[in-house]
Amino acid sequence: MSGPSSLPTTVATGAPQQAEAAQSQVQEMTYAEAIREALREEMRRDPRVFLMGEDIGIYGGAFGVTYGLIDEFGEERVRDTPISEAALAGCAIGAALTGMRPVAEFQFSDFMAIGMDQIVNQGAKLRFMFGGKAQVPVVFRAPLGSGTGAAAQHSQSLEAWFAHVPGLKVVLPSTPADVKGLLLSAIRDPNPVIFLEHKLLYRYKGPVPRGEWTVPIGQAEVKRPGKDLTIIALSIMVPRALAVAERLAEEGIEAEVVDPRTLRPLDEETLIASARKTGRVLIVHEAVLTGGFGGEIAARIAASEAFYYLDAPILRLGGAETPIPYNRTLERRATPQEEDIYQAARRLLQRRPL
Amino acid sequence: MSEAVPALSPEQMRSLLQTMYRIRAFEEKVDELFMRGEVHGTTHLSIGEEATAAGALQALRPDDYITSTHRGHGHCISKGADLKLMMAELLGKETGYCRGRGGSMHIADVASGNLGANGVVGGGIPIATGVGLSIKMQGLDRVCLCFFGDGAANEGTFHESINLAAIWDLPVIFLCENNQYGMSMSVRKAMRCETIAQRAVAYGIPGERVDGNDVFAVYEAVARAAARARAGQGPTLIEAVTYRYKGHSKSDQNRYRTRDEIRAWQERDPIKRLTAYLREHSLMTQEEIEREEAAAYQAIEEAYQFALASPEPDPDSLLEGVYA
Ligand SMILES: Cc1ncc(C[n+]2csc(CCOP(=O)(O)OP(=O)(O)O)c2C)c(N)n1
Ligand SMILES: [Mg+2]
Repeated sequence: MSGPSSLPTTVATGAPQQAEAAQSQVQEMTYAEAIREALREEMRRDPRVFLMGEDIGIYGGAFGVTYGLIDEFGEERVRDTPISEAALAGCAIGAALTGMRPVAEFQFSDFMAIGMDQIVNQGAKLRFMFGGKAQVPVVFRAPLGSGTGAAAQHSQSLEAWFAHVPGLKVVLPSTPADVKGLLLSAIRDPNPVIFLEHKLLYRYKGPVPRGEWTVPIGQAEVKRPGKDLTIIALSIMVPRALAVAERLAEEGIEAEVVDPRTLRPLDEETLIASARKTGRVLIVHEAVLTGGFGGEIAARIAASEAFYYLDAPILRLGGAETPIPYNRTLERRATPQEEDIYQAARRLLQRRPL
Repeated sequence: MSEAVPALSPEQMRSLLQTMYRIRAFEEKVDELFMRGEVHGTTHLSIGEEATAAGALQALRPDDYITSTHRGHGHCISKGADLKLMMAELLGKETGYCRGRGGSMHIADVASGNLGANGVVGGGIPIATGVGLSIKMQGLDRVCLCFFGDGAANEGTFHESINLAAIWDLPVIFLCENNQYGMSMSVRKAMRCETIAQRAVAYGIPGERVDGNDVFAVYEAVARAAARARAGQGPTLIEAVTYRYKGHSKSDQNRYRTRDEIRAWQERDPIKRLTAYLREHSLMTQEEIEREEAAAYQAIEEAYQFALASPEPDPDSLLEGVYA
């Protein structure tokens, strides 16, 4: 599947969106606040939208994302569920199938494994199996990733599992503005959307347009233009890649940082265009390398006309082939850090064209 | 088969007190280390729930198995774990029970039959069922004690596993630590039934509710269930009613309960109740009790010093231990 045809043909730089947002006010807020704002605005706008999940009410969610929403919308629309992820997933799907717009929160994305049957075998396929006569407009939100010392069962990055399933859309926003804009799009989308938020991003601050502000699902963004190499980064790796690009710039190297933002449907045109322009591609994500989504991105680029423009083999950086360890040093070692990205970029630049 | 439970000797009662003090002292230290940022990640403290863990393990034999939960320090200590290796694990050291890979939520002492804390709510319940199956198929005279919380009783794993253990008559004791809340959600809101024990009816096995802050009551209920299991009569569901004083984890602001409620439960503190009993029955003097308490804090301090002095894992060992 290729990206939607309505994409701009030139490499997006983020400029068109900034233009859209220019009329509305922009405010500095955290990633978590941006999610809350999106939920609040959409719940005010659309009475079909409601939230369900564990401890999302008075507790405000394990990461405080839904804090205070119960005060405005009450227990009917901010529904605490028992600890029953299979029911959480399936109940949201059933409600979506019959006219509601649920946003279900999993406390940790690791526990989506418990709801996996409902998400994969039911939600993703109902429309297709029913001959296109139904739709399942549900959003499954969940935090992913390591870096908090939460160890092997609370730290995984399993986005590739979901991206493997036709019928699901998979989104990994990396900035406060993107998380708001993509969440609004996800809630309005008529399909099940897996919405994955990196735990470490919750505190990141950035400018967020107030009011109506959407980012289309299936559209990558060039977060920083450059000509010497392309770093395609997912989720928390986007800010890390940007920091590396900054460091490389001081050394006279211009790295282009591209954030796919959506894995399915994948905007391969933007990725391919960047690869073609720079001729060197580094792909970085936190998920374990083997079977990670970077393999898919690499294959799409290698199978495109960008292949003829590559000056070096595509380089992938991902998590080590291990569950996430508890020990701080080992935990950091298990996933790509800024220094690893920098070293990989350097290696890539040293490779001679054939 | 007799289900009569042997009475605890004064020696055993003193040992129960020692265990309960050790749990409390261990967790107070862990709480302090978290506050100071010496331990990272998250931790779940069972302060106030010590009688359930200590009483239950008193009723088992050393070669029996347990599966534990995210709130598992008490289970681990009651199973006889070495405090030094526990503390080293929490500090992420190579000398820890899991070589610093697991931390608080995955602490295990496989050699002693402790098959691990669990980061997934309800995650241990099917595993305990499988341990029961293994015991039965190998013809061993052992049981498996499965700890889980009230919140876990609403996971599918609870229902599926208990049914399976019931139809196969597996030697498993399902022990629900009902501390009234699954994180912020009270049991009252999370289920319509009056008790968790009554869910046993649905699976055709005995269910019993006990005062989880009464260490003797817990001991007796688990001893009866263990006798049934050893006699090939299958699993039992026990609900121990107790209360956690501390927040669910460090992110908790206690917005879902009142100070009065916490204070009321502190009045029924399991350690206070045991020490009162020991004094009233002249089994221990106040001075002996205080010595026991001081010894527990001393043991924890030594464990902490051991952990501090222990080496970190070698960073190059990152990929070790993933496969056998
Ligand atoms: C499958 C799963 N869902 C959610 C969580 C997050 N979580 C950890 S502990 C907990 C509450 C568990 O409640 P309960 O079973 O009553 O045990 P307690 O914490 O009260 O000891 C929750 C929701 C988890 N670890 N695993
Ligand atoms: Mg509980």
